[in-house]
Amino acid sequence: MTQVNRLPGGQIDRGRGVNFTFDGTAYQGHPGDTLASALLANGVRLMGRSFKYHRPRGVLTAGSEEPNALVELRSGAWQEPNTRATTAELFDGLCANSQNRWPSLKFDAMAINDRFSNFLTAGFYYKTFMWPAAFWEKLYEPVIRKAAGLGSVSFQPDPDSYDKGFLHCDLLIVGAGPAGLSAALTAGRAGARVILADEDFTPGGRLNAESLVVGDQAGSDWAAASVAELADLPNVRLMTRTTVIGAFDHGIYGAVERVSDHLPTPATGKPRQVLWRITSRRALLCAGAIERPIAFENNDRPGIMLAGAMRAYANRWAVTPAQKVAVFTNTDDGHRTAVDLLAKGVRVAAVIDPRENAPRIADCELLAGAQVIDTKGRLGLTFVEVRMVSGEKRTIECGALGVSGGWNPNVSLTCHQRGRPAWREDIAAFVPGAEGPAGLTVAGAAAGDFSTAAALSAGAKQAAAALRDIGITARALPQPEAEDAPVTVSPFWHVGEGKGRAWLDQQNDVTVKDVKLAHQENFRSVEHLKRYTTLGMATDQGKTSNMGGLAIMAELAGQTIPQTGTTIFRPPYTPVSLGVLAGRSRGKDFRPVRKTPSHKWAEEQGAVFVEVGMWLRAQWFPKPGETEWRQSVDREVLATRKSVGVCDVTTLGKIDVQGRDAATFLNRIYCNGFAKLAVGRTRYGLMLREDGIAMDDGTAGRLAEDHFVVTTTTANAVSVYRHMEFARQCLWPDLDVQLISTTEAWAQYAVAGPNARKLLQKVVDPEFDISNEAFPFMACGEITVCGGLRARLFRISFSGELAYEIAVPTRYGDAMIRRLMEAGQEFGAVPYGTEALGVMRIEKGHAAGNELNGTTTALNLGMGRMVSKAKDSIGSKLSEREGLNEPDALALVGFQPVDPADRVLAGAHLMTMGTEVNAANDQGYITSACYSPNLGSSIGIGFLKNGADRKGEVVRAVSPLTGLNVDLKVVSAHFVDPEGDRLRA
Amino acid sequence: MHDLVAITPLGGDKPRVDRVGPVTLSERPDWALASVASRLGREQDCRDGLKAALGQGVPDVGRLAAGDPLSAFWTGPEQWMVEAPHASHEDLAARLKAALGDAASVTEQTDGWCRFDMEGDGVVAVLERLCNVDVAAQDSGAATRASIEHLGCFLVCRAARRSLSVIGPRSSAGSLHHALLTAMRSAL
Repeated sequence: MTQVNRLPGGQIDRGRGVNFTFDGTAYQGHPGDTLASALLANGVRLMGRSFKYHRPRGVLTAGSEEPNALVELRSGAWQEPNTRATTAELFDGLCANSQNRWPSLKFDAMAINDRFSNFLTAGFYYKTFMWPAAFWEKLYEPVIRKAAGLGSVSFQPDPDSYDKGFLHCDLLIVGAGPAGLSAALTAGRAGARVILADEDFTPGGRLNAESLVVGDQAGSDWAAASVAELADLPNVRLMTRTTVIGAFDHGIYGAVERVSDHLPTPATGKPRQVLWRITSRRALLCAGAIERPIAFENNDRPGIMLAGAMRAYANRWAVTPAQKVAVFTNTDDGHRTAVDLLAKGVRVAAVIDPRENAPRIADCELLAGAQVIDTKGRLGLTFVEVRMVSGEKRTIECGALGVSGGWNPNVSLTCHQRGRPAWREDIAAFVPGAEGPAGLTVAGAAAGDFSTAAALSAGAKQAAAALRDIGITARALPQPEAEDAPVTVSPFWHVGEGKGRAWLDQQNDVTVKDVKLAHQENFRSVEHLKRYTTLGMATDQGKTSNMGGLAIMAELAGQTIPQTGTTIFRPPYTPVSLGVLAGRSRGKDFRPVRKTPSHKWAEEQGAVFVEVGMWLRAQWFPKPGETEWRQSVDREVLATRKSVGVCDVTTLGKIDVQGRDAATFLNRIYCNGFAKLAVGRTRYGLMLREDGIAMDDGTAGRLAEDHFVVTTTTANAVSVYRHMEFARQCLWPDLDVQLISTTEAWAQYAVAGPNARKLLQKVVDPEFDISNEAFPFMACGEITVCGGLRARLFRISFSGELAYEIAVPTRYGDAMIRRLMEAGQEFGAVPYGTEALGVMRIEKGHAAGNELNGTTTALNLGMGRMVSKAKDSIGSKLSEREGLNEPDALALVGFQPVDPADRVLAGAHLMTMGTEVNAANDQGYITSACYSPNLGSSIGIGFLKNGADRKGEVVRAVSPLTGLNVDLKVVSAHFVDPEGDRLRA
Repeated sequence: MHDLVAITPLGGDKPRVDRVGPVTLSERPDWALASVASRLGREQDCRDGLKAALGQGVPDVGRLAAGDPLSAFWTGPEQWMVEAPHASHEDLAARLKAALGDAASVTEQTDGWCRFDMEGDGVVAVLERLCNVDVAAQDSGAATRASIEHLGCFLVCRAARRSLSVIGPRSSAGSLHHALLTAMRSAL
């Protein structure tokens, strides 16, 4: 199809053609076109079906406020629903489809809804689908969802990538129309750091859409020249295709830059969009104004659009929606549409102006005092019916109608922090109120200064004023001459005549009648009006409809518009893809991973990894022939207990504690005593929370009088460090103590098993005696290994075996694990993972995270006597609370199944034999369980009421949810080596 | 001399170098780090000792005192991180402790961190996509803490708008490097 409605002029590149398809039909446009302008050029007015009634719809606007022309762009995983044809830039190969229609846009079977419109009025869901209640979820909702709706999603992962970023400036200018450009020139020439953001791909705002002159050149040329000057200023960042979506605290604004949406695919490595967080010292809103329609019967036919949009299509894109058009307006500004279209050679049938004293501006028929009362045309406008001032009816043939009821300043951003707009009677519109975001001022049409001259001048003045505020001198230079027409508007919201539907919100199919119904049913507050009728909801957020809705509500309620009020504007200003909110943090990049020093080596061993916090830890190391994880784990446990095993324990938190008062500090942090710990010794320590509940456990080794190394559990490394910093800085600033994390600085390996010492002796330099006598259980010290590398050695045991932990600087961790395994070959040394670690600690009855679960006390853990009464420490006093010291308090004990074939399951609750299974009879619960290859059965540890005195008793472990019911014998939690002979060997 | 071979934070035998457009990203395991925190009541002694070691005054809040062989940047009230070439100063912490005695707590930090240097025109554009620091406004010698890729990092400006170091937690070197390189490809 040729571009039948293409006009001369415009800002498109006629030298090149751009091929695209809409609903499978091939068309051609030009670079510079939007999808909407290219479709109009090709004579396509019908672009979509409405949300509820499936009415045929075309474009209403030429910008981001578009409610109607929503399409699905691209295909496959790239398919994006609800994209506005008015902002989608044309590119070669663009594939667009209409949505919410079946089987086709021209014949939509769902348009049957339109016949039942009397039933589908506002609130019909709430009235109709009340009964029976069970039908809502299963029947009504799915059916309604299918019938009513917008686009569809691909259900495939988004193939594009998105960035987030941060920008800083002295002055953020939102909108690059006349006000924004003159503000940017003023601030840019003054040397201020300026960001000028505009949602369009060509800056200039209405200067590109109008035929107005600025100085001695066309407005669009002045805009282009200004942009060229700004582009040469290194202190100005001009961001096109960038929508400022929200105003947040402290001068921070959110903006989405559409980097690649105008390209077939993003360039390699480039994001589709970027979410910018802009920290501005001052901000200037130059977002212009949005034209408002007038409601009349059947005012939604394709071809009926805002008068300003019609001018924009003609002037910027050289397109007319039809060869013969008409204009319906109550403002002088609206008449310019006729002037501009006539200048482009389009026939203008008439200008219909309800004002009886309407001036003759365009060289065409003027119907003063007349109103459009109805329209005709099934899939596009063919005729308008006009009630003349004389009272007679007249039918006018036209394919498009430009409608203007005046302009609404675009105040959205000024209200994002709950500021309310103020009503200005002289322009019959809301303007920004006094309580906008701190540091934000407004200039140009957004402030109600509608003329070009006023916008140019206000932009410069407001920019200079904003900069003066922050100590930057800028001069508001004289502005070029420009149109300075006064605003002449007498409010006219809807045509009263006719019983048919007059559309207010075309996106949600809300009519004047719906507002009347809401009023009649007493949903009269604007917030109720919105929810009851859905006025102003969905992707356009009522940019073209809210004003009309509340004006009609004001009329009905006999109130003024300011008394009726407005709903709240919230971010985002225009729809934002979820992808850009996530940025790069998705999939495997959702968060960073932490790798242990032995990671590379463990990978070579085929280790199976598990995520622990952000750490990747080896869970077990499968050997050839092992087909099930338990085989590997059992082997690792048995080999360690029999000879020696090595495990990477770098992930445990390590906190360096230094200072004259380091011992005093630890004595207050831990509930047990640390003041007298000898240099070269390590002690197990338990930290309590302020409320007396156990917080974390670990060890602290004393390397010098004024130097300790505290270890924490992997999971609590950060929270314990934070707790200690809080105590240091806020509780006891008088203590001389300094803390710093060294978790990652040292690669630390547990070497456990009867041959641990023999193995270590092969790597520890001979001048260090690590015999049992010289380096007994709980010793620690700084040593060297492998011929002089500094290292630390701790004789501590989690497994219950003779065990050490050896630490070397992390860069040598890889070499160290390789050396240990090589040296251990003669002993059959094995690496073991977190599963074997867990099995051995359960066999030994050591508490871990499952037991230190935020509800348990030292007493529960069997460590009640550790809480020193001889000193004060965090939590010690409150651990004495009566409720925490009941005689039948939970106590940590072990469990073995009576029938060895049964399994102990963590989470199971315990019941005394013979009692009914209910919460009242609950005796405790299992916290950790595993298969013990040493005992040849499943074992567990857990908390049992008065557990210490119930050893030998048989209890039932139940889980009513899973049907578990197993008899367990209560035993000591120390299944292996209860006397601790092995670890002291 | 011990016979253990070090690997870099990214797990390689040699430091990794990546170039995208005008910007070079280099893994720098050749720097040793030690933290210095003054003891309570010994602030002046610590500053004097550190000044002697650095050969210049201790850096103020948010600053780097660049020197040869020792540099230092501020990390908190009366706290600094000292940098020195690893080849000559692997024992940096021990040397500083010997110099400062009980006026300061000194802790070896060398392998707690991974350092990536980014150099070339365009580093500002890359860092814009990584952290909320106004890198464009930083002068040479600015040093700050920033969250990059959810990781607490030091950002040290070596030459304004041309050269900087990102010093982040070593265990996440791979994730940090991935984020830096991705941002370079995206921004440049």
